[in-house]
Amino acid sequence: MNPLIEFQGFNKFFGQHQVLKDVDLAVQAGEVVVILGPSGCGKSTLLRCLNGLEEAQGGSLRLDGQELLGPDTDWRQVRQRVGMVFQSYHLFGHMSVIDNLLLGPLKVQKRERHEAQAQAEALLARVGLLDKRDAFPRQLSGGQQQRIAIVRSLCMNPQVMLFDEVTAALDPEMVKEVLQVIQGLAREGMTLLIVTHEMAFARAVADRIVFMEAGRILEQNHPERFFTQPQTARAQQFLEKFSFVESLPKTLSKPLHKELS
Amino acid sequence: MASSGIELLLVSLPQLAMGAGQTLAISALGILFATLGGVLYGVLATLGSRWLNILLQVYLELFRAIPVLVWLYLVFFGLPIFFGLSIPSFWCAVLVLGLWGASEVGEVVRGALQSLPRGQREAGLSIGLGGWQLYAYVLLPQALKRMTPPTINIYTRIIKTSSLAVLIGVVEVIKAGQQIIERTYESVLIYGALFLFFFLVCYPLSAASRVLERRWAHA
Amino acid sequence: MSFDTAFMLSTLPAFFKAVGVTLQVGAIAIATSLLVALLNATILVLRTPYLWRLVKGYVELARNTPLLIQLFFVYFALPSLGVKVSGFAAAIITLTFMGGAYLTEVLRAGVEAVPRAQLESGRSIGLSEGQLLRHVILPQAGILSLPALFANFVFLLKETTVVSAVAVPEILYTTKNYIALYYKTYEMLAVLTLLCVLIFLPLSLLLRYLERRLQHGQFGH
Repeated sequence: MNPLIEFQGFNKFFGQHQVLKDVDLAVQAGEVVVILGPSGCGKSTLLRCLNGLEEAQGGSLRLDGQELLGPDTDWRQVRQRVGMVFQSYHLFGHMSVIDNLLLGPLKVQKRERHEAQAQAEALLARVGLLDKRDAFPRQLSGGQQQRIAIVRSLCMNPQVMLFDEVTAALDPEMVKEVLQVIQGLAREGMTLLIVTHEMAFARAVADRIVFMEAGRILEQNHPERFFTQPQTARAQQFLEKFSFVESLPKTLSKPLHKELS
Repeated sequence: MASSGIELLLVSLPQLAMGAGQTLAISALGILFATLGGVLYGVLATLGSRWLNILLQVYLELFRAIPVLVWLYLVFFGLPIFFGLSIPSFWCAVLVLGLWGASEVGEVVRGALQSLPRGQREAGLSIGLGGWQLYAYVLLPQALKRMTPPTINIYTRIIKTSSLAVLIGVVEVIKAGQQIIERTYESVLIYGALFLFFFLVCYPLSAASRVLERRWAHA
Repeated sequence: MSFDTAFMLSTLPAFFKAVGVTLQVGAIAIATSLLVALLNATILVLRTPYLWRLVKGYVELARNTPLLIQLFFVYFALPSLGVKVSGFAAAIITLTFMGGAYLTEVLRAGVEAVPRAQLESGRSIGLSEGQLLRHVILPQAGILSLPALFANFVFLLKETTVVSAVAVPEILYTTKNYIALYYKTYEMLAVLTLLCVLIFLPLSLLLRYLERRLQHGQFGH
């Protein structure tokens, strides 16, 4: 089976600085791929290239067999098939929730209003926010805004969804509600590319973990194998930083009986 | 004396009103072109094209460095001899006010667009909006609140500056006033009336701009 | 159409003088405007009874009427009230009338832009109101309003071209005069444009640089 997304020898520079180096990555339809790596390793840039928000310099990038790195690529077409959700949600502040959701379907895809609206409302209901249909973004919590942003992308009926650190700007108590929505999409068989720092979530949701550092893919593995037996020293160090808090003893003070005596 | 003054004003009112009509017509057309041109300037300036930005910068600096009155003379005397174009002084004034206003409004629009978070542009692109759709549905509506108060201020400047048209021979409200003064020698009364006319047009605009600015300060 | 370079050069001494007049009118007007503005801004900040309203009214009147009408009023209407003024005096009076109002707004905005927390922390270390004004508010307000002040200086200097309408022999009046006398229109327009670019463009660019350095500033026109 041909992969849905295929990066080959993919390179990207910011000025002199090379942020992606010979990236090879293939994602099958229905696969959930989580990209991990330290800050600045190029994982977000990789997602943004797939959406045409960054321009690549060299290599190849195919979506469903179609080469995207050419002058003839109609990125407006591509972006309708590749949904993207951002760290800071970026809802359109001057529009109500429902108008945010309908802008793409009506203006870009020229769909019938009643059909698009029915879909938008069904999706809103699914993420538990149908009652916020006419609210404005500033009236909503971060977690609510992020769920709306996910629905905004879903309303375009994309083939792939890209999640770029979508919980990083959220207060801890709101992370769960957003992750649950993503997990739901994964279960339904949607193709997902996820950049995140939520390790437990990555482990639970991923079909495959891709570990990047300094613009390269160092390791690709099944999540259980990646988290229990990482193949590279870099990945091991990376995981140790995250396991530090978890492996702390439950209380740092002296044992109770000693204090009493 | 007082009653004769009021009588005089009443008698000269039609003539003043005709002149005022011309002043308002020049101003309105100038404002129209300044607004359309300014939005175009603002959009072009935020496309990220280097050559376009240099071009716009030159245009802006020319209108900032050379006073409007000098532009009026350059166009009024210059168009006929450099381009063999003879356009009525009324349209010279509209042209200069429009071009000058467009550079001023354009800078305001550019600033307002640039103050929007970058993510708004990216979010718009990511749902497949095309260039003009992005500006029409996402960027310009959100920039509107920020750009409206200063733009209204520019409108009052255009109205005030339209008075300079009298110096290239447009028969507008000042010229009408001067003609009445030539007949009646009532210069204090007539210039007082002119003061009042401009104040009544400009003050509400200035006040509106201030109110909107305060109301939208946190938008 | 030929370009009469020799004629152009022959007018240079006259234009040299004209530039002097432009700069002189501009400099005097800026200085007097600043004096008027300092006085007015003090009245506004201290909310001096009655005077405060008077200043407000003056600022609104001056800002919402054209310079040309202010100028014609002083030059053509005041004489019929028994006050005769020369073109030069009319120019200074009018530019001061307008400039004073703009600069008043700039200075007031500068004082208002000083964060309230500054006043509170000044009081908290026991400064008197006078000391607070002198050591805390004014120095910061001065810096905050610097770009806007400078912008208005440049604006006033450019507005001096308007006083050509009452025969003050500055650059625009001199240009018009030569065009009327000798019909050397394009030579004179070329000189005028060149002078504007030489005098105003550097100031305009310097202003842009200042604004970028001090990201504050509100424009009084």
